[in-house]
Amino acid sequence: QTKQGERKQYVGFATLPNQVHRKSVKKGFDFTLMVAGESGMGKSTLVNSLFLTDLYKDRKLLNAEERINQTVEIIKHTVDIEEKGVKLKLTIVDTPGFGDAVNNNECWKPITDYIDQQFEQYFRDESGLNRKNIQDNRVHCCLYFIPPFGHGLRPVDVEFMKALHEKVNIIPLIAKADCLTPNEIKKLKDRIREEIDKFGIKVYQFPECDSDEDEEFKQLDKELKECTPFAVIGSNTVVEARGQRVRGRLYPWGIVEGMHTRIFHVCSALFMENQSHCDFVKLRNMLIRSHMHDLKDVTCDVHYENYRAQCIQEMTSKLAQDNRMESPIPILPLSTPDVDTEKLIKMKDEELKRMQEMLNKMQQQMHDKEQ
Amino acid sequence: MAATDVDVFSNEEKRNLSLGGHVGFDSLPEQLVSKSVTQGFCFNILCVGETGIGKSTLMNTLFNTMFENEEASHYQNGVYLRPRTYDLQETNVRLKLTIVDTVGFGDQINKEDSYKPIVDYIDTQFENYLQEELKIKRSLFNYHDTRIHICLYFIAPTGHSLKSLDLVTMKKLDSKVNIIPIIAKADTISKSELHKFKIKIMSELVSNGVQIYQFPTDDETVSEINASMNAHLPFAVVGSVEEVKVGNKAVRARQYPWGVVQVENESHCDFVKLREMLIRVNMEDLREQTHARHYELYRRCKLEEMGFKDTDPDSEPFSLQETYEAKRKEFLGDLQRKEEEMRQMFVNKVKETEAELKDKERELHEKFEQLKRMHQEEKKKVEDKRGYLEEEMNAFNKRKAAAETLSLSQPVKKDKDKKNRSVNMENQSGVSASSSKVMMAKANVEPLNCQSWWQAIQCCTCLVHNATWRPGGLF
Repeated sequence: QTKQGERKQYVGFATLPNQVHRKSVKKGFDFTLMVAGESGMGKSTLVNSLFLTDLYKDRKLLNAEERINQTVEIIKHTVDIEEKGVKLKLTIVDTPGFGDAVNNNECWKPITDYIDQQFEQYFRDESGLNRKNIQDNRVHCCLYFIPPFGHGLRPVDVEFMKALHEKVNIIPLIAKADCLTPNEIKKLKDRIREEIDKFGIKVYQFPECDSDEDEEFKQLDKELKECTPFAVIGSNTVVEARGQRVRGRLYPWGIVEGMHTRIFHVCSALFMENQSHCDFVKLRNMLIRSHMHDLKDVTCDVHYENYRAQCIQEMTSKLAQDNRMESPIPILPLSTPDVDTEKLIKMKDEELKRMQEMLNKMQQQMHDKEQ
Repeated sequence: MAATDVDVFSNEEKRNLSLGGHVGFDSLPEQLVSKSVTQGFCFNILCVGETGIGKSTLMNTLFNTMFENEEASHYQNGVYLRPRTYDLQETNVRLKLTIVDTVGFGDQINKEDSYKPIVDYIDTQFENYLQEELKIKRSLFNYHDTRIHICLYFIAPTGHSLKSLDLVTMKKLDSKVNIIPIIAKADTISKSELHKFKIKIMSELVSNGVQIYQFPTDDETVSEINASMNAHLPFAVVGSVEEVKVGNKAVRARQYPWGVVQVENESHCDFVKLREMLIRVNMEDLREQTHARHYELYRRCKLEEMGFKDTDPDSEPFSLQETYEAKRKEFLGDLQRKEEEMRQMFVNKVKETEAELKDKERELHEKFEQLKRMHQEEKKKVEDKRGYLEEEMNAFNKRKAAAETLSLSQPVKKDKDKKNRSVNMENQSGVSASSSKVMMAKANVEPLNCQSWWQAIQCCTCLVHNATWRPGGLF
C-alpha cells in the first residue's frame, strides 16, 4: 500500500545522492577496456591519448616473419590513475597478434575465452560463501579497430564482431582516419553502418536521452549517435602550432598561415582535439566522461546475466536427465512440472467436476420431486 | 581472500601513473549518482517498542507526514508486524519508504516468544532477496528491496535501566539488523536522570555483548560528527505533530501546564540528532551495512545449511559440480518419494470420492424407484377409480335412459324416499334410470362443485376427493 506523503518541511533525504557520491569517491572505481585489431592500427597510441599517459613503455614489436604463425595473446596492463580525488583502476586488455597471422581462422577464440573466463571467475566468486573482496575483472568495453584502407568491413571484422557482440560492449572505430578525406570518411561510415545492420551485429547502443533533458544535451546525443563508427586518430606527440601545445600529427604538406612572411614548408598540424579533424574528442567524451558507468552497467546487467543464465542452464541440462529437477546449487530455476503429470491432473480434475455436476443435478431433481 | 576492508588497490602489481592532462573520469561519481537518482532509493525502517510508546508519532515527526495509523490495542494474541510502504519525494529525489510496526509487542503476559515474529520477518526479507539473487533470470537492479535497513528500538523511560524484554530482544536482533536504541517519551525524564539513564543503558548493552549500530568514522568528511554522535547514544526523543506558538513561530512541540517541550530544540531532546544521523548523514551507510554485513551473514549461514562449502583455493570449478551431483541424488530420491506420496493421496481421494458418488447414486436410484412405485400405486388407484367410475357412469346412463322413459309416464318428485327407493333397486334398468334422473335432479338442486353433471363425472377430483361419493357405492 503506497501513498503520497505531504511534505511540509525539509526532512533531509534529498542528501542521499550526496551520500552516494561521497561513498563512491571513497571506494574508487574500476574499468576494464579491451582493444582489438590488427597490428599497426594505432591501438596503443589511442589508449595513451585517451588517458593522457604512457602505458606501453618498452614494448617490443615483432617483425613480419615472426608473425606468420602468430597466435593471439592476451596482455593486461593495470594502472591506478587519480583525478580530482576520484580514483580509477584502469585495466587495458591488449590483444597483440589478432589478425596478424597468415591463417586467421578463429583468431578471436582466445579473446572470447578470456572474456568467458572473467565471467566465470566472477560467477564463482559471486556464488561463493565469502563475498567480501570480489574483484571485478569483467571486460566492460571493447574498442575494435577497423582499417580505413578498404571499402567497409572485411570478413574477419564481421566474424570477430559477431563472435563477441553478445559478450561485451563493442564500439567499432575507424582507425588511422587521417588517410581519408571528410567525404571518404562519411562514405565509409555509412557503408560500415549498413553492413553492421546487414550482418546483424549488435554494437553498443547509447541509451536514450531522458525526455526532461535540455535541448542542448539532446542535440549532442543525436550528433553522437549519427557519428558512429568514430573515425579516430591517435597521437603520442605533442605539437606546437599556432602558439599552442597540443597533441597532433605533423605532416609535411599543406601550408598553414603563419606569422612569418617567408613561405616555407611549414608543417600542418592535425589536432586531435579539433573536432573537424577527427572524432577523437567525441570518443573520449563518450567513453570516459559520460558513458563509462553505463558501459559497466550494461556489462553487469545484460552480458553477465546472459552468461550466467546460459551457464546455469547448461549445467543443469548436462547433469539432469529429466528436466523436472530442481537445482540444489545456489540457483533457483523456474521449475516446470512434467507435461504428463499435468495432463493427468487436468483429466482427473475434469472428471471430478463432471461427477460433481451430476450429483448436483440429481440433488436438484430430488428436491423438485419432493416438492 | 583476506577479510580486510575492501581495498581494491592492494593485491595486484600495478603502477600509479600520472596524467598528462585532464582526462575526465572525475565525472564517474556524477554518472553513478545520476543513475541512482533516476532509479530512486528505498529505505526500510523497523520500529520495535511497546504499544503506545510513540513509534507512529515519531515516524510522523521524522518524515513530517501524517502516515495513516490507527491506534493499536493492547489485547493482541501475539506480536504482529505491520509493514506499510509510502512514496516520498523531496526536490528530485524519490524515496520508497517502508515502515514496519510491531503491533502487540510487550503486551502479552508471557513474552518469551515476542522476539520470534520480528526475527522471522527480518529473515523472510533476506530470504526473498536471496531467492531473487539465485534465480536464473534475475533482475536485481529493479528489485524492490524490502530488507530492513534500520531497527529503532524504543526504550521505555523508566529512568532505571533496560527491561528484561529489551535485553533479550536486542540480543536476538543485533546480528541481523542495524539497531539504534532510543529513549522514547523523553519528556518524562529530567536532565540529570537522563544522563544516568543513558550511561546505565549503554553499560548494560556492552556488558551483555549487544552490538548496536555505530555511526561510521572512517570517512573524513563525516567522521567527526559521527564520532560525537556516537557518544550521545541512546538518543532521547520526543515526538509531536502538533504545533505550538513559541515566540512568533509555530513549532512542533508538546504543551504542558508547566512549559512547552520543543521537538527541534536540541537542549530539550535529541530528536534533531536522530534525524541528522538517520536521514541526512548515514542513510546510505545503513543500506550498505545491511547489504554487505547482515545480508551476507544470513546468506552464508543459509548456504552452509544447504550444504555448500566455499571453494578451496586449489579446487577445480567442478567442486561445485560434485556437490551438485550429491545433492541431486538426494533430491531425486526425495522428489520420487514425494511424488509417490502425492500419487497415493490422489488415488485415495479419487477412490473416496468415487465411492461417495456411487453411494449417492444408489440412494438416488432407490428414491427414484420408490417414487416410481408410489407414482404407480397412485396411478393404479386412480385407474381403479376411473374404471369404477366408468362403470358407474354406464350404470347411470342406463338409469338415466330408464328414468327418461319413466319420466314420460311419471312426474318427477323431489323425494328423498323415492331416491332411496330407486337406489335400492339398482339392478333394474328402469329403476336405475329413475335414480339417475333423481340424481340429475339432485344434482340440479344441490349442485356439486362442478357446473354440470357431466363435468362432475369427468372431474375426478370432485369424485375422488369429494366425500359425496365414496368408492364401492353411492351414498
